[in-house]
Amino acid sequence: MTSALDITRAVNPPRAVFVNFPLGHQTGKPHQPDLQRQIVRDALRAFETIRQPGTIVELPYVWDPQDRTWEETDYTGNFLPPRPEKEDADRIEAERRARFAEIK
Amino acid sequence: MPVEYIPRTRELYRDYAPYRWVVNTDTPPWTPLTRPISQCRVALISSGGILYRDQPRFHREDATYREIPKDAVQADLDVWHFGYRTADARADHNCVFPLARMRELEADGTIGELADPAYSFMGGIYSARKVRDELAPRLADELKRRRIDAFYLVPA
Repeated sequence: MTSALDITRAVNPPRAVFVNFPLGHQTGKPHQPDLQRQIVRDALRAFETIRQPGTIVELPYVWDPQDRTWEETDYTGNFLPPRPEKEDADRIEAERRARFAEIK
Repeated sequence: MPVEYIPRTRELYRDYAPYRWVVNTDTPPWTPLTRPISQCRVALISSGGILYRDQPRFHREDATYREIPKDAVQADLDVWHFGYRTADARADHNCVFPLARMRELEADGTIGELADPAYSFMGGIYSARKVRDELAPRLADELKRRRIDAFYLVPA
């Protein structure tokens, strides 16, 4: 699966399926199980349809028919979230551990 | 036009030494599928940084992977990754780790079997050498040991 066509062309894997969605949505939009299932089903079908090593199947899904501008602005400027300080990361991890310790 | 990630990554990370992208020009290795996908045991792998319950987070240059039980549900899962915006994946892991969808496609016979467990690692590993020489062989050994027929890799 890929949403980064140029990177996948460079890596050149044996089989790939491209969906032109923003990073973080390679198998669909949140809470849209029908869309997600269709994308995954299309990807799995490619195991049988791709016969030529290095093929990239491009799926026809459109992220937002009303807005084609996301491609110009996504993954630019302040796209990357700041990394949390170690103390914050440790605290988040401790909270997760405590939460699941209760249900074990 | 699809986003050109290589030049944009160069721009986003301009304070760092230029990233040397992996470029493979040879014909990729090819393993034919020996039976229909509806009869295959298929493993799900995501580099979206998925964590199950109290599993430790991923660190910088972390080339380890986590095993996610195939029956894991949304409340069991968290996301730890700094290379993409994770809000949607945190709200619904199926955006980058379509475990619930794969279970449905197992139930309806699209795939023969969803392998247990699924796997996740954190795709923001800058060292291609670490991925090639450490992570990929370890995962490949694991998949062979579990006798999977195919794996579905969702990078993030």
